[in-house]
Amino acid sequence: MTVLAADGASSSPLHFVEYFLDHRSEDLGLLWSHTWLSVVPVIVGLLIALPLGWVARRHRWTYPPIMSITGVLYTIPSIALFVLVPPILGLDTLDPLQVPIALTVYSVALLVRVVADGLASVPDETVQAATALGFRPLERFFKVELPIAVPVIAAGLRVAVVSNVSIVAVAGTIGLSNLGQLFTQGFQLSTPDAYYPPIVLGIVLCVLLAVVLDSLVVLLNRLLTPWRRAVAT
Amino acid sequence: MATGGGDVIGDVVTWLTDPSHWTDTRFDTGIITQLLAHVRFCAMALLIALAIALPLGLFIGHTDRGRWLVAAANALRALPTVGVLVLLTVIISPQFQGRTDTGFLIPTVIVLVLLAVPPILANTFAGVQNVDPGVRDAASGMGMTGSQVLFRVELPISLPLIFSGVRSAALQLIATATVASYLPLGGLGRFIYDGLAQQDYPQMIGGGVLVAALALLTDLVLATVQRYVVSRGITGRYANERTAVPDSRLAVLPEAEVARG
Repeated sequence: MTVLAADGASSSPLHFVEYFLDHRSEDLGLLWSHTWLSVVPVIVGLLIALPLGWVARRHRWTYPPIMSITGVLYTIPSIALFVLVPPILGLDTLDPLQVPIALTVYSVALLVRVVADGLASVPDETVQAATALGFRPLERFFKVELPIAVPVIAAGLRVAVVSNVSIVAVAGTIGLSNLGQLFTQGFQLSTPDAYYPPIVLGIVLCVLLAVVLDSLVVLLNRLLTPWRRAVAT
Repeated sequence: MATGGGDVIGDVVTWLTDPSHWTDTRFDTGIITQLLAHVRFCAMALLIALAIALPLGLFIGHTDRGRWLVAAANALRALPTVGVLVLLTVIISPQFQGRTDTGFLIPTVIVLVLLAVPPILANTFAGVQNVDPGVRDAASGMGMTGSQVLFRVELPISLPLIFSGVRSAALQLIATATVASYLPLGGLGRFIYDGLAQQDYPQMIGGGVLVAALALLTDLVLATVQRYVVSRGITGRYANERTAVPDSRLAVLPEAEVARG
């Protein structure tokens, strides 16, 4: 095995598995930090977006300003947001928190819209019926409105996690340790001759991660909305 | 070097307002040249993507054949853009060794097109599919042919969704063209990556400001075009209803959009 890896033949794109096995602990570390960076900002983002989306829905006059501000934030390209977060928040120029904060900003910007739209998809009669049954506003929100909004919110979460996996790789190009570093390694090792294994490995791991996280959200959506399956059949 | 706080912002403003940074010098490429290069990549990729995705989306939406293409294009979103960019560069650039930067330009444009096709295709398809069947039937009942129904009824009604797809695509193009400066290629990302490499943080952050400004300005321009192109009968601005301006966030959620009808 070691002989094969030291061989020139291992530059073939299909040798990414051997590359992985040769650098297993390092690559698993990159995968782990990539996963962490893709998931945590979405969860934090959802926790911030829920009250904001609720306010935007509840108090109509707040809807346009909340949507415009978060829309502008969502418009700023990721790499620009990475470098802009530290000076705006007064952090060090290469603070380890800059990327998680920027990703959280994106998640909030996307999910606020999704939460507000999801709550808007709850039929008025349902809300009225819940009120008539004696639900207090907060109880009604968590037990009636939020569960009904879950499918729309889940659609937004899927987009958020999948695009995060790709954006985190961008952060790798400015030196953060995640799967994006495999692309930098491959690029640097590719002079003068192309050396594919780290590049292919990075793409494969990123796609796998995106697919797994996406499936988890789909699964969660199904678990949280058992009544939809009952109606669908 | 790594200082936080107000002085960094002051340094960035100084960097951005220094006229010598805007024009080319013997040693450095100026902001204007890099900006034009950036816009050129994006415009090229957007035109190619439109030429592919718009007819395809209209065809699939109108005939309801080849839905799998939309799903396949959506699956492309799971690909890490940087990885595909590096992979294509490593494959393509050796073929152009020694000659200009074509070897980096071609992979960049391919990646940008791959990125811009899915949102335009998905939204065009969703737009045509979303047309009220009653409206479509009425158009046929009036004696319109298939292509008349498509171009005079379905297309105008789909325009808001198509536009939000195009806007989303344009934003992703600007973002990714920045990352393309990670390769030895021009564009506004040059300032970010060069600033990082030289620990010239005002330049790096200034580059970030320029990219953000370009993205915001582009979205504003496209939103304005949309206002004038989309019929007022469709946006409901006659009725002075709550003006629901579709933004780029909706473009990434075509499925949710379809579900809400």
